[in-house]
Amino acid sequence: MTLEERLINGDRRAVARMITLVENNDHDAFEILKKLYHRSGNAYVIGITGPPGAGKSTLTDKLVKHIRTLGKTVGVIAVDPTSPFTGGAILGDRVRMSDISMDPGVFIRSMGARGHLGGISQGTSAAIKVLDIYGCDYIFVETVGVGQSEIDIVKNCDTTLMVMVPGLGDDIQAIKAGVMEIGDVFAINKSDRDGAKRTAREINAMLDFSSKDWRPPVEMVIATENQGVDKLFEQVEVHRQYLEETGNFQQRRFDNTKNELIEMVKHKIVGQLMDESYKQEIVNELSDRVAKRMLDPYTAIDTLYDKVIKQES
Amino acid sequence: MDRPIRVLVAKPGLDGHDRGAKVIARALRDAGMEVIYTGLRQTPEQIVNAAIQEDVDCVAISILSGAHNTLLPKVVALLKQENAEDILVVGGGVIPDEDIPFLKESGISEVFTPGTPTEVTINYIREHVK
Ligand SMILES: Nc1nc2c(ncn2[C@@H]2O[C@H](COP(=O)(O)OP(=O)(O)O)[C@@H](O)[C@H]2O)c(=O)[nH]1
Ligand SMILES: [Mg+2]
Repeated sequence: MTLEERLINGDRRAVARMITLVENNDHDAFEILKKLYHRSGNAYVIGITGPPGAGKSTLTDKLVKHIRTLGKTVGVIAVDPTSPFTGGAILGDRVRMSDISMDPGVFIRSMGARGHLGGISQGTSAAIKVLDIYGCDYIFVETVGVGQSEIDIVKNCDTTLMVMVPGLGDDIQAIKAGVMEIGDVFAINKSDRDGAKRTAREINAMLDFSSKDWRPPVEMVIATENQGVDKLFEQVEVHRQYLEETGNFQQRRFDNTKNELIEMVKHKIVGQLMDESYKQEIVNELSDRVAKRMLDPYTAIDTLYDKVIKQES
Repeated sequence: MDRPIRVLVAKPGLDGHDRGAKVIARALRDAGMEVIYTGLRQTPEQIVNAAIQEDVDCVAISILSGAHNTLLPKVVALLKQENAEDILVVGGGVIPDEDIPFLKESGISEVFTPGTPTEVTINYIREHVK
């Protein structure tokens, strides 16, 4: 059987191999995705982000366990940072997912960010599609919240769950700009710790300034004790309902798709800039002349675009 | 294809400390590999299930509890059952020399006893993954 057939048949090894291949930018794998793309779109994608150690993996474990009691299948993609120096990574999210790791209705995959600063790469977006085609009803995507990646995750999911912890203090001020706009639902995890109520109050206060239609709810949870998790998932479902009833669901998927297409074109063009040695020579030569002030960068860019991308001589 | 080697570092058995596993995990990461770390007290079933989902090239099992003669061959057998015998399985930890031939016969590719420099393990994995 071909990989494509095995994937359609729900062969878990085929799913795993497809994710590896798309992650490695394998041409044949994308040919398969081209054929099967129409089968995707049925999974509800939940992004889960927040500071390192906030309890994102633990919370995912408990949320997924809850969703499984509703008879739905779940995929989990957990992205961890890659070392910029060696390209290596330690992907440790599975340690916190022991409640669900042996459940045949759950497929967990760890990924290195591979140069995407803890964020979401094209490989991750493609992996989401693979799990979607495989037939998961829900897909969780866990990423570490470090600036850009929080923004990236929104562009790949239907509901973004922001995980905060008590005692962030001034940090809340610092991260609020990026964070407040992107969270659709907020969880104050580790609410067994001092200051949880205060943190919830502070976040609520900031959210009151939001001018969006949707006012994100804030839930206090204790992931390790499975407290507040059902309620938190209910809020995710309320957000989903809101999206669907207001037409914002289609709008969000349109926005995400458009953004993804533009990103892919950018990626392709940048790739084309350097994919042959003669092009690299042109880039090097122009860079040299611009650096020495023999040429201005604006003219150089026009030349580069015409010669390399449009391939005029 | 230029891609990172993926290794599952697992720590089965009931003894509750994983320093050795963490040392090897870090060394493999520093060698540019993607290490999937699954934590303590993993059963062979859990190890194999994770290895399949993570599509790893290698399973590295760190073991101290003395149960290596049952746990290691069990992992190999379960991988075979899943048609995943192409995944390289190596073991490390306190394993008496006289047990090594049996383990190799059971499909463990290599056994690294305490004191083996991490480079030896790294090179072995690099050379033997498919
Ligand atoms: N006290 C307390 N600790 C928690 C809670 N949730 C998670 N933790 C612990 O926080 C640490 C980091 O959790 P993890 O899920 O790996 O965080 P992540 O980095 O955000 O994925 C672990 O030691 C968890 O056991 C909680 O609700 N209360
Ligand atoms: Mg995590």
